[in-house]
Amino acid sequence: MSAHAPVHHTEAPKGWFRHYIFSLDHKIIGTQYILLGLSAVTIGVILSLFMRIHLVWPNAHIWGFANGIVSPEDYLRVVTMHGTLMVFFVLTTVPQSGFGNYFLPIQIGAPDMAFPTINMLSFWTTLLAMLVLLSSAFVPGGASISGWTAYAPLSAVGQIAGPGLGLGQTLWVISIALFCGGSLMSAINFIGTTIDLRTKGLSLMRLPLTVWGWFITACVALLAFGVLLAACILLLLDRLAKTSFFIPANLDVSGVLLHHAGGSPLLWQHLFWFFGHPEVYIAILPGMGIISHVLSTFSRKPVFGYKAMVYSLSAIGFLSFTVWGHHMFVSGMNPYSALAFSILTLVIGVPSAIKTFNWLGTLWGGRIHFTAAMLFAIGFVSVFVTGGLSGIFLAQPALDLYLHDTYYVIGHFHLIMGVAAIFAMFAATYYWFPKMFGRHMNETLGKVHFWCTFVGVYCIFMPMHYLGYAGDPRRYSSIESVNYLIPLHPVHYFISVAAFFTASAQLLFYWNFFWSMRHGKPAERNPWHATTLEWAVPTPVPHDNFAGRYPTVYRGPYEYSVPGAADDYIPQDIAPELVAKA
Amino acid sequence: MATNEELKARRSRAKAMVLRKSSAGSAVPAVMFAIVIGVLVASTLFLHFDHIWWFPPAITPVGHQIDHQFLLTFIVTGIVFVLAQLTLAWMVFRYRDQGHKAHFVRGSHVLEVAWTTITLVIFVSLGVMAAHAWGEVHFGGPAPGALQVEVTGVQFQWNFRYPGPDGKFGRIVPADIDASVGNPLGLDPNDPEGKLNIVTPSLYLPVNRPIVLMIRSQDVIHSFFVRELRIKQDAVPGLVIPVHFTVNKIGTYEITCNQLCGLGHYHMHAFLHVLSQADFAQWEKKQWASLSTQ
Repeated sequence: MSAHAPVHHTEAPKGWFRHYIFSLDHKIIGTQYILLGLSAVTIGVILSLFMRIHLVWPNAHIWGFANGIVSPEDYLRVVTMHGTLMVFFVLTTVPQSGFGNYFLPIQIGAPDMAFPTINMLSFWTTLLAMLVLLSSAFVPGGASISGWTAYAPLSAVGQIAGPGLGLGQTLWVISIALFCGGSLMSAINFIGTTIDLRTKGLSLMRLPLTVWGWFITACVALLAFGVLLAACILLLLDRLAKTSFFIPANLDVSGVLLHHAGGSPLLWQHLFWFFGHPEVYIAILPGMGIISHVLSTFSRKPVFGYKAMVYSLSAIGFLSFTVWGHHMFVSGMNPYSALAFSILTLVIGVPSAIKTFNWLGTLWGGRIHFTAAMLFAIGFVSVFVTGGLSGIFLAQPALDLYLHDTYYVIGHFHLIMGVAAIFAMFAATYYWFPKMFGRHMNETLGKVHFWCTFVGVYCIFMPMHYLGYAGDPRRYSSIESVNYLIPLHPVHYFISVAAFFTASAQLLFYWNFFWSMRHGKPAERNPWHATTLEWAVPTPVPHDNFAGRYPTVYRGPYEYSVPGAADDYIPQDIAPELVAKA
Repeated sequence: MATNEELKARRSRAKAMVLRKSSAGSAVPAVMFAIVIGVLVASTLFLHFDHIWWFPPAITPVGHQIDHQFLLTFIVTGIVFVLAQLTLAWMVFRYRDQGHKAHFVRGSHVLEVAWTTITLVIFVSLGVMAAHAWGEVHFGGPAPGALQVEVTGVQFQWNFRYPGPDGKFGRIVPADIDASVGNPLGLDPNDPEGKLNIVTPSLYLPVNRPIVLMIRSQDVIHSFFVRELRIKQDAVPGLVIPVHFTVNKIGTYEITCNQLCGLGHYHMHAFLHVLSQADFAQWEKKQWASLSTQ
């Protein structure tokens, strides 16, 4: 709540490049992140369709592959690129750096992020990381085939272990290291901004839950990405400087005895998952904040159990660093430690359950408006419950013995991490689009988009659980190679068709998004009658958010349907004496 | 801070623009939600009880224990799943905008404490119960006299090694690894203890006899998985990881690799043949006989 630092520029920069490309404005940078994520998700979805085509129609010709045929190594390249793009450049980037950059400063009544130049640098580092990753598809040997988890020694010993493991894998590691750099800078910025730049009266317990989500995520990211950066540097050293951090002695790869000794493949897994498990919360915590925000607005009710929401977010953030071992139950790790990781994993389910109960509590007794944003928020709760419950199976090492690395895991994490986070992004887009672009998206198209997507994702990912029950291993480029997979073909066909249906439905979103930017219905300052500060600034938001007149906050963020008030919402920045009485 | 005039202007604008009528009051989203969630619940239950795509029968005592734990978890999470999804559908139906005023409530300490405690107890109890089956697989050693078999993963096949009649495994010299001369594991030709070690691309096991698999890898990480055993274990280069069990059903089962090991991962595949003890003894003898004549 300090005085606003004078370093912030108040006048819009002159010139198109300064304004839209090399901008220091958090709103432009947020939009840049969102567009980067939109490009990444587009490529990622197309790659997933390639996978689905290849699995059920292995001889189908696909443009861009040698002879039009997807080879086993091509399939793994696609798997790796899909996972890397989606996890890093979509799920980590859009909810946090995209929407967070745009709305965090406005929601706390600040002129910009605390460090605008670092903010710009974070974005450009992230973009560079993505370009390096994509470029790996065009180098000799092609992109990496080691999956987004890049388990050593497969990822460490070089091209001797297979195609794509030479230069392609090196570029993958460099890309992820760069991404870590961008994320670390961004995390510092988010933390500094939330702590230092809150406007008068905006105490911590008056922050919108979106801000809490972004703040906790930034704290988690600061601790997690540092570890991944270190792991990437060690892996790079193993690859380029012939060190042996992850490579043990006496490896005989493709008939060649390697001159490495003393490394541990499990070290990579510990470092990777020490980052990797917090990472799934980095992807979902901002979404949890967004969903709470949207549910409250369109239920016309305060968030049920605001404090419980804040404490559960913090608990998840803390516990997320204690559960990485559940990815390693079958890795050869000491079996006694599995019990500790198992119980801690089940315990981290508790704050997630608390959030779900409170979301239901927010809907309870509400006056629910079914906007497109609200539909996606309700859909989020549904997929979050489904994906969360399958996690209860995987948290038990005895059951993980069977289900580990089968399609069951794919179904589980796509619902809880992928689809849930994507639903949060859609909800955020439909909700904030009017503020960002001064126009509404088409609501009818939005609703059709929601229903197709909601039905579609369940059709894709529920059957994957059955594949898992039948023991279908993930990352297999053929469903013909094992006898017991043959009876599962109908399930695979069904999933492929559902994937095409769902992906096609996203065209509605693209059309709606770009068309509405120019032709949508003009938006009011506060079209949803919402309470938080982003609705107190003009639409679209001017370059200098508050034009030097910083708001004072008098109350909590979700004062809807307060008894005795004339309107069913009381904005945070209206003095008590100015609130109209019923 | 917003001025009084600004507020008045804001409020009059807000009154002029009533929230979209199309989304208010309609029961359509509620009914749609209920239908989707109903279909989801029904199809999930049908597929589970129909067992079309399901676990194959377990062939070890611990496998049955794991199935039991699975069923327990399935029932608990299934009930929660149905209740939670139907509650959501009900909320969406019951509290759709019908022009009423929302019920103002900030939360409930009693409810927060109640649902936190209940979930904690349920989740942790499941975890504690599951620990038993896990312990059966991984804690404590195999029974004395168990048959030891070494399992080695290499891009992209499995090799299985059995001790000679003396029960001993010969030394391995990595520099001697050469599949083209029939020595895929690098057995030291000068070590007499390795002379009668059986090396095969299929796994043969006797029924009703304790088994220890010593799982290792020659190059990258693989993962040994047999569905009917309910056991999966990564094969990690540099480590030898024991897994023990007793099979109680004769038959042929498939072994797959479950950890991405390179481009041939999908066809890294072998068979497990469970034989009667007499058949197994005969198979073993035949192998030793052919080795000693080489």
